[in-house]
Amino acid sequence: MAEKGVKLFGLWASPFSLRVEWALKLKEVDYEFMDEDLQNKSQELLHYNPITKKIPVLVHNGKPLAESTVIVEYVDEAWPNGYRIMPQDPFERAQARFWARFAEDKCVPAVFNVSINSGEELKKAIKEAQEVLKTLEKALEGKKFFGGETIGYLDIVAGWMPCWLRMIEEIAEITVVDAETLPLMNAWFDNFLEVEVVKRSLPPKDKLYAFNRARREQFLSGQ
Amino acid sequence: MASDDVKLIGAWASPYVMRPRIALNLKGVEYEFLEEKFGSKSELLLKSNPVYKKIPVLLHGGKPICESLIIVQYIDEAWSGHSILPSDPYHRAVARFWGHYIDDKWFPALTGISRAPTDEAKKEAIEQVFAGLKFLEEVLEKSGAGKPFFGGDTIGYIDIALGSHLGWLRATEKLSGLTYLDESKTPLLVCWAEKFSAHEAVKCVMPETDKLVEFAQMLKAKFSAPPSK
Repeated sequence: MAEKGVKLFGLWASPFSLRVEWALKLKEVDYEFMDEDLQNKSQELLHYNPITKKIPVLVHNGKPLAESTVIVEYVDEAWPNGYRIMPQDPFERAQARFWARFAEDKCVPAVFNVSINSGEELKKAIKEAQEVLKTLEKALEGKKFFGGETIGYLDIVAGWMPCWLRMIEEIAEITVVDAETLPLMNAWFDNFLEVEVVKRSLPPKDKLYAFNRARREQFLSGQ
Repeated sequence: MASDDVKLIGAWASPYVMRPRIALNLKGVEYEFLEEKFGSKSELLLKSNPVYKKIPVLLHGGKPICESLIIVQYIDEAWSGHSILPSDPYHRAVARFWGHYIDDKWFPALTGISRAPTDEAKKEAIEQVFAGLKFLEEVLEKSGAGKPFFGGDTIGYIDIALGSHLGWLRATEKLSGLTYLDESKTPLLVCWAEKFSAHEAVKCVMPETDKLVEFAQMLKAKFSAPPSK
């Protein structure tokens, strides 16, 4: 029996499955969200992604895809008559993919280091995070969003930061991005969080804060 | 300068540089190859890739494109002719997934073997390399359906992503005495490797294994030599 429809295997607290949700919501695609327990992964997830066994995994009419940035591009191409996620011009597309790669390779570990450190290590981690964000800022080029007037691929890939970084700043009582340190990035953070599809799909604040507070404490006590 | 002037900044030994070269060859695009000198980075490279300062960099009409697989996708989109990525969105996404897997999981495991701090870590890295090759053998079997390449009758994205590592894979086999492309384990890949290396878009840019072995030995000597005072 041919499987129809769209399923997304993810985690309510994961920024990586959230970015796929943003893409699907922008395209107004109906999907079933399968919330995974990462300590006890479902047979279905392991069946659909035996290679890396990670979330998110999108299953479209029975065909699975893994790797969130790849899935976001796929969503744009599989539903071409809707919101445009990728730029049209090949050079602009290459730039968006380049910066998305940078955001994954440099910003993700940098923000992670901020979230798990304290004291001198934290100071060092904040400085490194600010440096990579300063570099990423170049891709904004004075625009409201990386995608221009509306959010695009790079906004979706980097968009976890406005939510997660501000949360980490509050939990750890630090400042990484504000109007003084990184004004352009700060403005993008504000603008991104005002986008309708983002506002209505962020995980419940208290639950997410508690989750990340506990995670930080776990890492700190392990030191 | 013509608006469609094409230059590629690279170096002979780099698997990443091979990728856009193969792509340009497949498209029949003429380009100027600007070879970087080992041990130093040119002004043009630093200006064209200020973020990573790495090769390859494609300069198309003076505009820089960086990151090898991103360059390959750009080449596929900017020039008509031979299609490198599949036309179907799902198969395109699968190809991109394998590109990520090869670069983010498989190749680091391969280079991790020689850098492994313990025997246990080394064993794990070797296992990961073989596991990855087994996955890729299955992909070739499923998508190939008897065809010579991951892309079918012709070279495609996954062929380029994996095939560009063949030089160093063979060099590593020579240096370590371990056979990674083993006919008893991954017969389709062994056959594929030969066909890929012999392809006219590839053979002129595939570095010779012996030269890579020599290069690796030179690097090892250079970096393990006591610091000069």
